[in-house]
Amino acid sequence: MNTHITRRDFLKKTSLVIAAAALPGGVNLFHVSPALAGADAPFKPHAFLEIAADDTITVWVGQTNLGQGTHTGIPMIIADELDAAWEKVQVKMALAAEPFKSPVWHMQATGGSSSIRHRWDLLRKVGAAARQMLVEAAAEQWGIPAEKCVTKDGSVTHPDGRSLTFGQLTEAAGKRPVPEDPPLKDSKEYRIIGTQRKRLDIPDKVMGKTVYGIDFTVPGMCIAVVARPPRYGASPQSYDEKAAMAVKGVIKVLPLENRIAVCAETTYAAMKGRNALNIKWSEGSQPNLNDDTLDALFKEHLGKPGAVAKNDGDVKKALEQAAQTMEQSYKLPYLSHAQAEPINCTAHVEKERCRIWTPTQGQTDTQLTASKLTGLPIEKVEVMTLPAGGGFGLRGEQDPVEDSVLLSKTLNRPVKVMWTREDDFANDRFRPASQCRIKAGLDKDGRVMAWSHTVAAPSVMSRLMPEYVKDGIDGDAVSGITDMPYDLPNLLVNYVMVNSPVTVGWWRSVGYSVNAFAVESFMDELAHAAKKDPVQFRLDHMEKGGRPYNVLSLLAEKAGWGTPVPEGRARGVAATSCFESFAAHMAEVSVSKEGKITVHKMVCAIDCGTAVYPDAIRAQAEAGVVMGLSVAFHEKVRFENGGVKTANYDDYPVLTLSDVPETEVHIAQNNLKAGGVGEPVFPSVAPAVANAVFKATGVRLRELPFKRELLIRG
Amino acid sequence: MIVLNVNGTKMQADADPDTPLLWVLRDNLGITSVKYACGIAECGMCTVLIDGEARRSCIVNAGDVQGSEITTIEGLPENHPVKVAWIEKQVPQCGYCQPGIMLHAVDFLSRKPNPTGEQINDAMDNVICRCGTHPRIRKAIQMAAEMTAKQGGKS
Repeated sequence: MNTHITRRDFLKKTSLVIAAAALPGGVNLFHVSPALAGADAPFKPHAFLEIAADDTITVWVGQTNLGQGTHTGIPMIIADELDAAWEKVQVKMALAAEPFKSPVWHMQATGGSSSIRHRWDLLRKVGAAARQMLVEAAAEQWGIPAEKCVTKDGSVTHPDGRSLTFGQLTEAAGKRPVPEDPPLKDSKEYRIIGTQRKRLDIPDKVMGKTVYGIDFTVPGMCIAVVARPPRYGASPQSYDEKAAMAVKGVIKVLPLENRIAVCAETTYAAMKGRNALNIKWSEGSQPNLNDDTLDALFKEHLGKPGAVAKNDGDVKKALEQAAQTMEQSYKLPYLSHAQAEPINCTAHVEKERCRIWTPTQGQTDTQLTASKLTGLPIEKVEVMTLPAGGGFGLRGEQDPVEDSVLLSKTLNRPVKVMWTREDDFANDRFRPASQCRIKAGLDKDGRVMAWSHTVAAPSVMSRLMPEYVKDGIDGDAVSGITDMPYDLPNLLVNYVMVNSPVTVGWWRSVGYSVNAFAVESFMDELAHAAKKDPVQFRLDHMEKGGRPYNVLSLLAEKAGWGTPVPEGRARGVAATSCFESFAAHMAEVSVSKEGKITVHKMVCAIDCGTAVYPDAIRAQAEAGVVMGLSVAFHEKVRFENGGVKTANYDDYPVLTLSDVPETEVHIAQNNLKAGGVGEPVFPSVAPAVANAVFKATGVRLRELPFKRELLIRG
Repeated sequence: MIVLNVNGTKMQADADPDTPLLWVLRDNLGITSVKYACGIAECGMCTVLIDGEARRSCIVNAGDVQGSEITTIEGLPENHPVKVAWIEKQVPQCGYCQPGIMLHAVDFLSRKPNPTGEQINDAMDNVICRCGTHPRIRKAIQMAAEMTAKQGGKS
């Protein structure tokens, strides 16, 4: 990681850039208080933070607000190091800009649970530097050494009890140099980090005031709905432009490469206009593609050797020497993001600049996309990230940016591109499906000697970052296997890339969302074969006292592992380590004679380093359980006739309230670097349930979503 | 021209009577707290109260409700027990589905002021929250019911 860049250069760089700006056109969406609007000469030592003379502290955030809590967690970190009074802190979304790029990825994006873990040092330094400048300003005014001053709750206090508020010091502090390496607090001194706070964005969401991307309007804007190919590789052969133009409110029909846009005064008119087009499409690149052909394609690839992604020890030899060997296969489907707010983007291309308002997860990519299409330099592309109605990885995609920029350029007015739910399912960049085969050997003491794992799956990286795919290996496609939390003397991982027209993309926890199910199910099968307790078996293969070991131990303790289980129920566990965090789940289930699985209780334990914002961690963990169960029980995208068959929520059911169990969340307490949260709380949910179902019934569920018919008894 | 009574105010919209209420509220009247998500009455995110009853505005023709009282989330007072409970229990994540779910809950609580856990599960089982805020929705509904009971049953 390139954190050294952060430490040395960030303050210098960021102090030069005034990156943040309110929305143009007088529309202020982000809690601008009247007091701040009237305040002059705010103290703005860098792009992330400004303090006004009236003591209002504004934290500018470059990370997308998807509801994950970082728009409160990030201000909490800065405010703590600043010794701010929390009630004076407000948060605003910044325009895309250099200082908001990840110090690790060198791009501005929200994904991979990176918002805080990539900025743990940076954000603390932002607060600490401003605090130091305020203290020095006060010390100078009082004629005393800075060390004699104490900061607390937004004031600097003199040893004699006098004090000045941060607001009173802004002018003097603003004249001081920004320190490059301000001292950071010891974790014992935290007053805001790790405490219970109310999320800053929730009141507006509850009152209905939040303006999401889909809600955004700008004067002169029209709305475009785009007819996209219903089958992979298809293009329009004929369409009825006149019929579309006859719809009241339709302004223009514009063909774009392989698709046709209908621009109208209102969304409904654009939708009606698109229906009226009555497009005849070509048959596409693989008109026979369907669920069965895809299944056969994966099966065929699973028979190939693939590329070696990891080869520790000598698996072949160890398997020959094993006292017992086992082999199993697992299968997972394509998944849709199914985020609540359909994809949208508003763009206005002008002669000298291009403005974009969109709930993007990939600000830098959005700037690059618009720059390429308009010919404008990147700094002339203003990207305002609007609050997103969910994302789960999909909103890094640039399709709506492309369309809105192209249409605005042609129509010479602002254009909002809107996808319908049907567009969303048909054009999603799905979580890759996967089939895998694992063979392992146990020694006479029941320890895993060898693990050979072959995965056949599509590659996300090949499309999005091909430079990271080397020798046929997409690291994401084997994540969770190559870095499983177990110490195995002999581990061989083979990856067979499956290429098909079905486009795949980032989806919550990426490769771990797929591979943890296979690894953790198979670990359970091995524990059973070794006649060992599933928790103890896992612990026996982990470094004693390491973080995965400790978090699984925490889970076992809190979930009452080994204590009597209520009549008719059974428990299962699973664990994963990813995104610099460590998580484990316990599921308590019962299974009816008709094969219905009831999940009565889920317990999650997570070690995400310093728990910056515990309630947001709990919220993410509760939500990880809901999504994990939804995937375990329901979710599967279907294909037919060369395209996507799944069209709307009625044929992509997601988990609803009556199937949501009681959930407990336990957060490990430590002061280590903050790790990820949103992603690590997901992968171990489904395997924990499958393992509990095995305990209850003796039946292994090796495919997602679960097949209820396998569990019918009597 | 359609005339709608939204949150106690008469509003005119230049839309055909067969336009779904959802789009008249959003595009013609600028009330964007009413969310589009599925368009087929599957998810509940476009829910509004029509004469106190939770309805999915994506399948209601605007012309058919011209004489009715339409309530969106803005029409509930800020101290409405459901709003207070939703903040107190920190329910929303992305928040996109929440106005619809809250209005659904308001209708439910008006009919079942002291619901059991099972009644809450049944009543709220046909709305979608993709973020997974369900455990908190459950707690917030219980809290709103308790608040309403303390206030003498009026919400």
